[in-house]
Formats: sequence, structure tokens, C-alpha cells
Amino acid sequence: MQTLQQIVNGLMLGGILSFVAVGFTLTIGMLNFLNFTIPALFMLAAMTMWALGTAGAHPFGVGMNWIAAAAIGIAVAVAASLLIERFTYRYMKARYGDATEHALPLVSSLGFLLIFEHLVITLWGTEAQRVDLPFADTDLRLAGLVVGIPQLVSLLLSFVLVWLLSTLLVHTRTGRALRAIAENPDAATLMGVEVNRIVPVVFVIAGSLAALAGILYAASYRTVSPYIGDGVAADAIAGMVLGGLGNVWGAIAGGLLVGMVKVFAISSFGAEIEKIPVWGLLLAILIFRPTGIFGHTKIGKGKF
Amino acid sequence: MSGYASGVLAQLAINIVIAYSVFLPAAAGLLNLGAAGFVLIGGYAAGALTAKLGAPLAVAIPAAGLAAGAIAFLVSFPILRTRGVYMVLATFAFAEVVGGILLNIPALGGAAGLSVSAYAGLPLVLGVTAAVVAFVAWLLATRLGLAMRAVHDDENVALLFGCHLRLVQVAAFTLGGALGGVGGALLVHQFNFIDVQTTGIVFSIFVLLYVLMGGTQTAWGPIAGALFFTLVPEGLRRVAELAPALKFLEGSRYIVFGAAVVLVMMWRPEGLVTRTLMDRFYGFFVRRNHA
Repeated sequence: MQTLQQIVNGLMLGGILSFVAVGFTLTIGMLNFLNFTIPALFMLAAMTMWALGTAGAHPFGVGMNWIAAAAIGIAVAVAASLLIERFTYRYMKARYGDATEHALPLVSSLGFLLIFEHLVITLWGTEAQRVDLPFADTDLRLAGLVVGIPQLVSLLLSFVLVWLLSTLLVHTRTGRALRAIAENPDAATLMGVEVNRIVPVVFVIAGSLAALAGILYAASYRTVSPYIGDGVAADAIAGMVLGGLGNVWGAIAGGLLVGMVKVFAISSFGAEIEKIPVWGLLLAILIFRPTGIFGHTKIGKGKF
Repeated sequence: MSGYASGVLAQLAINIVIAYSVFLPAAAGLLNLGAAGFVLIGGYAAGALTAKLGAPLAVAIPAAGLAAGAIAFLVSFPILRTRGVYMVLATFAFAEVVGGILLNIPALGGAAGLSVSAYAGLPLVLGVTAAVVAFVAWLLATRLGLAMRAVHDDENVALLFGCHLRLVQVAAFTLGGALGGVGGALLVHQFNFIDVQTTGIVFSIFVLLYVLMGGTQTAWGPIAGALFFTLVPEGLRRVAELAPALKFLEGSRYIVFGAAVVLVMMWRPEGLVTRTLMDRFYGFFVRRNHA
């Protein structure tokens, strides 16, 4: 029973991780861009929801309906993601040819991570804040197992959304344009794909995935802080690499695997040791099988 | 000199040494997001030597450089198998593993960090920093420095012209690791303390950011980056202290830094200090002298 509960806990944690990992893997698969702003968007959505929903949170504490607060949180994160696109990927693309050959978007995205994290710190301070959701208990009890509803939702939602995404990529015009950009941005431009109109779609998708994950995280752990994104994103990156860069189903599997490894490492060796198995596994995969468990080989081979 | 000024100066000097540890691999085209790993190895090695074995600083600082350099040499072979984004992630994972291992050695303080009593004063820190700057400036003027530049610009062409690619990359990575170890040794003895929490991923990100912001083309780049990174936040804090109306600058100084990173990457993608800039700078003086 104990082990079974640990497996459930691992899957629940992995559900949120795989959500974020899909966001990472999409930007890297489509644009060859390791987007370090995803932890900021994750945190921004959760903090915005907390601030709007909590009466008395200064500033913006209006005690709004939680669903509306969550929706605004997602909208804010998506708007931030579009702003990031404007100043990282697009700018480099327009002036310096093949953006994949430069470290610039990576570096600028780290700059944006700083901007958003410290913006939130300036507004609401560094302390962890309690999220007082009106739902008394978000745990489901099934035959003696405790299952968190938000995590369950995020797990199911990630499957549905990824299925939806892969269907849209194959069957719509925008999807075809996206696949063309992923293949070769210059050739896509020559074939009449408007790169500057299509690329923001990737940022909207990645931003809303990160924001949704942040809100589900806040709902299940009932606490937010300016730093919640960092740890989750680091684990999600590990999950993405395990699944293979650019492979969305691989990202889900990798996220779940990292969740399991973390939960089992903590339950058997204590919280202090959890870094070693996760990052050791990642290092081993990078060195011995850099394409991940089911990845393909073309992605991320640029100079930076 | 006031305590405040000497504190900022020591911090700046240590930041410069650590910047060179990321600069050397970057000058050979290798992005290292694991600066914290080598700083931790050097810091804990030097700290253990002085605090547990009673070794003097003159032994502990070079030993820290050797220890971090040796580990950098060993991990450079597997890490150089990776490329591009994978290398960024591999160095990042390496630093996390180092942190995770140190966290689980109770003899070195575990999560509480390592405290040492030996103190590295400002003259020692500045002396070591000057030596490191001179070493890197000399290194870039040697054939190895030229080979690093060639590998940075184009690996395949460098290989065709007879550069020993693997040798150059391993050398750059190893020397970088050793400098990181020296930086860590200075850090632990300047602040009498080091821990895994503050020398973590955010630390590695900051170092990579200010190195790339300063520019990887010349040996002046990391100094410019470290100056900007150390002095701009301190300056904004001072302004906020002196003028209460500008209080918001106190909290938002890292927002300014982040925005500066984004803008520099837009306008000067090769960093603040480039080879062209230095040529113009020298040219300016030459013309003035002739006029």
C-alpha cells in the first residue's frame, strides 16, 4: 500500500512536471530555443491568481472569484510570453540570420527570467503565500489511496492537450507552417510562411501550458512564492531531456519518470538526496544517449 | 578605505575570477552553465583544508584550483561528447550533482554550509585576481589562445587548418574549471562561509549572463561584465538610500539588470566589449598621438 501510494504521488508530481516539460520541448523542437522564461510564466500566473483572489493582498488584492483570477493569471502569462517572443526570438531572427547559431535568445530569456521574478518580488515580496481556495478538500480517496484532484486534472489535461496539439499540427494550415519552421525557418520563409506571424503561436501555447501548470500547482499545494517556478522548471527540463528534445509524448513520459524518481528517492533516502538521482540520471542520459529515451537526433545540434 | 567600499571591491574581484572560469570555455565556443559546480568544489576543498587540516591559505588556494581543474579535466571528456543545448544542460546537471553530493557530506556541514575561520583580506584577493587577469591575457596571446578563437569561430575550419580540436576544448574547459576553483577558494575565505544553497543554479545563471554580456572576444569582456553586474546593483541601492523618492530602485535593481541584459543582447549581440571596440579604442589614442 505504501509503495502504491508512492507511485500515485510520483505520478501526481509528474503530472505537473510533464505539463511544463511539454512547454519546454515545444519551443525547443519548433524553434531550437531553450526558453528559460517558462519558470517565470509558471510563477507569474500562480502569483497573479493568488493576488487577485486574496482580499487584502497588496497590491491588486480584490478578493476576486478564483476561476476569474486564474483566467486573468493565464492571460497575463500569455501576454508576457508574447512580449518575450518580441524581444528574444524575433529580434535575433530578423537581424542575425539563423538564430539557432547564437546563444542570444537563451541569454535574453535568462534576462527575462530575472525581470519577471524581481517584478513579482517588488510587488508582493519574497515570502511564500497561502492560497485560500474555497474548496475544502482537493484530495480524492480511492480504496485507501489519496489522490490530489488538481494533479489528476493536470495529468489528464496534459494527455488531452498533447493529443490535441499533435492532431492540430498534422491537420491544420498553421500546424503545417509550424512543422515547416521546425524543419528549416529560412526555407519556410521562402515557401511563403510568415514566420513572424506563426512563431508567436508557439509562444502562446508554451506560455499557456506553463501558466496552467502554475495554477494547478498553486491549487494543489495551496502555496505560492516568487521561486516556485525554478525547482519545477529544473525538474521539467530533466524530464524533457529524458524524453528526448522536441518529442512531446517523450516529455510527458520523462516528466512522469522524474516525478517517480524524486518521490522514491525522497521516501527512501530523505529530502536532501533528491538532487543526485534526478541530475545524475540526466547527466548519464545526456552523455550516453543524448537523444533521450525516444527522441530524434536533429534538434539542439546548433552551436549553442 | 571604508568597510563598505572594500567589501564591494572584494566581491567585484571574486566575480571577475569566477567570470574568467566561464569565459575560457566560452572563448573556445563551449557554453558552461555549471560555474557553481567548480566554485563549490574549490570552495569546499580550500575550506576543508584550512578549517579541518589547518593548512595556510598559500596552500589552500592553489590546491583548490588544482582540485577543481582535475575534476574539470575528468568531466570534460564526457561533457564534450555533448553539443549545443545539450552541453548547456549537461554542465547545469553537473553543477546540480556536485551540489547534491556536497549537501550529503555531514563532515562538510551538509545543508548548513561550511564555515571557516581563515580570512582572505582584500590585498590577497586583489593580488590573486590580478594574477588571474594577467594569466588569461597572456593565454589569449599564445598559440592556444589563437586556436581557441579559431575553434570558437568555426570548429570545422579550425580542424581543417590543423587545430587539435579535442585538445583545445579540454584545455579551455580544464583551465576554466581551475579558475572556478580559485574563485571558490577566495569566496569561502573572504566571507568565511560557503553553502550549496547560495551557490546554486541562480549563481551559475548570473555568471553566464555577465560573461556573455561583457563579451567573449577579448580578455576585457569578463571584467566589463563583472563590473556591470557588481556595480550597477550596488549603485542603484546607493541611489535609493540617498534619495528616498527613488526607493523603488532598491527592490527593482535586478529588473534593471535583466532589462540591460536583454537590451545588450539586442544591440551588441557579441557583448559590450568586442575586438572592434578595442581596435577603435587603441586607434583613437594612436591618432591623438600623431596629431
